[in-house]
Amino acid sequence: MTPWKAAALVAAGGLAGTSARYGVTLLLPAAEYGPLATLAVNVSGAFALGRLVASSRVRPEVRLLAGTGVIGSFTTYSSFALEVDQLLLAGRIWLALGYAVASLAGGLGAACLGARAGRASR
Amino acid sequence: MTLLVALFGAAGAAARYLVDHAIRSRFPTRFPVATTVVNLTGSFLLGLLVGVGLTGDWRVLAGVGFCGGYTTFSTAMVETLALPGTRERALNLVGMFAGCLLAVAAGAGLGHLAANLPTG
Repeated sequence: MTPWKAAALVAAGGLAGTSARYGVTLLLPAAEYGPLATLAVNVSGAFALGRLVASSRVRPEVRLLAGTGVIGSFTTYSSFALEVDQLLLAGRIWLALGYAVASLAGGLGAACLGARAGRASR
Repeated sequence: MTLLVALFGAAGAAARYLVDHAIRSRFPTRFPVATTVVNLTGSFLLGLLVGVGLTGDWRVLAGVGFCGGYTTFSTAMVETLALPGTRERALNLVGMFAGCLLAVAAGAGLGHLAANLPTG
């Protein structure tokens, strides 16, 4: 597969992943829920990718479209970093710290659980 | 609007793949350098956009769309998990977070400065 074909597959997945994430941010607006939307997409996305990667017989095309494309775009690091920065600037130190720890520990734990589920599905 | 956000996200995702591919093929290491570079540059860009005062639809398109599609949290978690030792995992997890936080703050500071330069 050429890098350009692979990039096209990733872009196609990116359409779906970004739409879904945008949908979650509309459902959980930051004004009411703070960074909950980003936390939700990141932790659930980490689970989904962990599961996909640990599953056997995933064709490279599917890995690129669903993994790198859909799930990769569903989750976001830039919004996570920006929200922590903005909470810190607003003086909400404990919320910033709690959000960061919940994201990183939750994300890592979810990826771990996903990998377990993926191996069990073989 | 959703379709436009999705298109910006698709462009971000394709850019992520191409940057990732370019780095991986040149610097083969077991440490996830490519994802780190993607997340650092994407965080810096988002900070810059916010810093220059981008608001409204363009902020959503560039921030939620492009930067959101370009950077990735799930890959960072899965790659951290794949590292062999606890120390390496902790280093990658905390290092990327600290780096991206600094990048977003630096981008915002620089953007703010650029937007408030005296003109004429």
